[in-house]
Amino acid sequence: MYELYAKIINIIGIPEIFAQMTWPVFPFGCVAALLVLVVIFLVLMERKVLAWLTVRKGPNRVGPNGFLQTFADAIKLLFKEDIMSRDTNKVLFTIAPIIVFAPIMVIYGLMPFTEHFVAINLAVGLFLVFALSSITTVGIVIAGWASNNKYSLLGGMRSAAQAISYEIPLVIAVLAVAVLAGSLNLVEIVENQAGGILSWNMWPAFIGFIVLFICSIAEVNRIPFDLPEAESELVSGYNTEYSGMKFALFFLAEYSALFIISVLIATLFLGGYLSPFNDYLSVILFTNLITNPEIMDLFIHIEQGFWLVAKTYALIFAIIWIRGTLPRLRADQLMGFSWKFLLPLSLFNLILVATYKLMI
Amino acid sequence: MSKLKENTIQKDMLINVGPQHPSTHGVLRLVITLEGEIIRDTKPVIGYLHRGKEKLAESRTYFQYLPMVDRVDYLSGFFYQAAYCYAVESIAGLKIPRRAEYIRLITMELNRIASHLLWLGSFLLDLGATSPLFYVFREREEIIKLLEQLTGQRMMFNYYTFGGVKMELPEGWPASVLDLCKKLPKLFDEYEAIITKNPIVLERTKGVGIMSAQQGLDYGISGPNIRASGVNYDLRKSNPYSVYDEIDFNVCLARSGDSYDRYIVRVAEMRESIKIIEKALDRLPGGIPEKLKVKRVNCGCNKDDCGYCGFDTRLMGKKLNAAVFKPPIGEATAMIEAPRGVACCYVVSDGTNKPYRVKWRTPSFSAVQILPELIKDRLFADLMPIFGSFDVVLPEVDR
Repeated sequence: MYELYAKIINIIGIPEIFAQMTWPVFPFGCVAALLVLVVIFLVLMERKVLAWLTVRKGPNRVGPNGFLQTFADAIKLLFKEDIMSRDTNKVLFTIAPIIVFAPIMVIYGLMPFTEHFVAINLAVGLFLVFALSSITTVGIVIAGWASNNKYSLLGGMRSAAQAISYEIPLVIAVLAVAVLAGSLNLVEIVENQAGGILSWNMWPAFIGFIVLFICSIAEVNRIPFDLPEAESELVSGYNTEYSGMKFALFFLAEYSALFIISVLIATLFLGGYLSPFNDYLSVILFTNLITNPEIMDLFIHIEQGFWLVAKTYALIFAIIWIRGTLPRLRADQLMGFSWKFLLPLSLFNLILVATYKLMI
Repeated sequence: MSKLKENTIQKDMLINVGPQHPSTHGVLRLVITLEGEIIRDTKPVIGYLHRGKEKLAESRTYFQYLPMVDRVDYLSGFFYQAAYCYAVESIAGLKIPRRAEYIRLITMELNRIASHLLWLGSFLLDLGATSPLFYVFREREEIIKLLEQLTGQRMMFNYYTFGGVKMELPEGWPASVLDLCKKLPKLFDEYEAIITKNPIVLERTKGVGIMSAQQGLDYGISGPNIRASGVNYDLRKSNPYSVYDEIDFNVCLARSGDSYDRYIVRVAEMRESIKIIEKALDRLPGGIPEKLKVKRVNCGCNKDDCGYCGFDTRLMGKKLNAAVFKPPIGEATAMIEAPRGVACCYVVSDGTNKPYRVKWRTPSFSAVQILPELIKDRLFADLMPIFGSFDVVLPEVDR
């Protein structure tokens, strides 16, 4: 691909150094496009699923079956006035949504969506994912502080407290996966789970899977752990004062984080892009029909994407279902739950997995 | 350094919850002093919904005031109409036909279920659960539809009148109420399956906002709120007003008086109300439309024998005429067990066709008063479970 790109640049008459410099931007272009598409679909899905859970119809006016509702909402948000009250800290107020959003976009680049569709394939990818996802909290705290609003401040502080208590069991639960795979590279972690549904990491590290699932709901600030924006207490928490495009960035960040955290769970515990059967379906079904290996590769490539998306949306559905069912925890109860229950559980899981690893 | 510390860390934060806030149930304003997330002091500010209901009564005739009474509490209009009607009827000495009494009882209990259902939804919304609100509205809709069939209105019913009710039951109405009564307990089971033993709900509400019986009595709390603290006080039992003495039912009690018990009591009350409705429909006396309300006064009969009249006063015409309805000089108080507690209406008549004074005593008013005491030194997040569990409806506080 790069050769083709360099060739085109060459023909136009621009030095090749320019091609070398701009080439890494392309994956991010793809990632940005993917992210916006995912969020647009996800918002619609959440509204439709919630409507179904609560005996309503959901959006059904814009487009066929309300399919274009999110586009309408996005356009509306873009045209809204960007209000900034007098006493806000203008610099921090503007930076905060960017700090929240940018790390998540980088995480999109780190994820192996298929075998080859990884924008940045790092040896310490897993480590970087968690390092980046904690930055989001800093943005939320800044947003709460800079808004000069008491509700926002409370929301920001809660977010910090929540992050401290949740990151630790989260990371320890993930550590078990690293122990199983013997690597921090996400592609290697996925490849390690090859061989059907029974060789997924979910089974030896089942407790870790549950812990990670609970923690990731807290990570993306959703019910029952949506304390930073607890609607019934804090009006809207850290984003109370935000409007227009800045609010849209928070919104985008929230839903893209929801998607990416589900991709991460699927990658770590549910075999990522691997098929739940022994081999890829396209291999099983078309092995006699297709002899050209390149076409076969293409089929496998598409199938890998399909499996990842299917697993991800199953997880997202579960998260939305939980949102529709449970009330919100209180801040101190959440911290107690995390320190007294999840942390020991994740440590126990680590010991269990390490023993299992030694035995086989 | 020390000065800085004083300014930033030790300073309490004054936060203004409401009047525009997603979960103050209307326009209550709470000025809260926070130390971190701990509530140190609360000042409820009311009056944003004041409509002068009491003063308005003095410039209107008894009948003109009647449609306004529903608006005292838009979620349980029947109870306030009943309170006003009973007060005026006892001044005028009107005897209400038994069929009308039974219809009043059935509609009031239906309204109680509708009111409790809405409370359930909004209470869980305060806790952060969004779905129950939609489910309770589904069931409430069924009840409201029945009441609409009966009265023509969905919330402001304006159905009772002095000496009875305004209209006969529509065709097939009792049967559809019975059908609903059969259906509702199963739906309550549905809620209870997801709420009653939900660990998060238990953690949020158990032991939160404990109101001791003495405390409740001191502040004049009544209704399900005081019954959750173990005080067996239910006007329907202790001071039966309509035909409650003819119907056998239980008073639902709980012991510890926390938010969870208030939930338990209300759910139990809904189930009890269904039983009351079923029994009342069973005993509903038949009758011609004339037996629905007092049509005439002084019909010339022997007053003790005639069930439908009994007015020994200076009434101009013999018909119960809206314009010239003049109860004798006197005063009366009617107390009704409304969904939120004891609703009390005090009417003074000076012999003209306008009441001299109408005074409302509403239960939510007391519930707002006890709030500062209950949430003192609790976390800010506990405000909503405590405040929500009292079922405060703001128009009732301000009137």
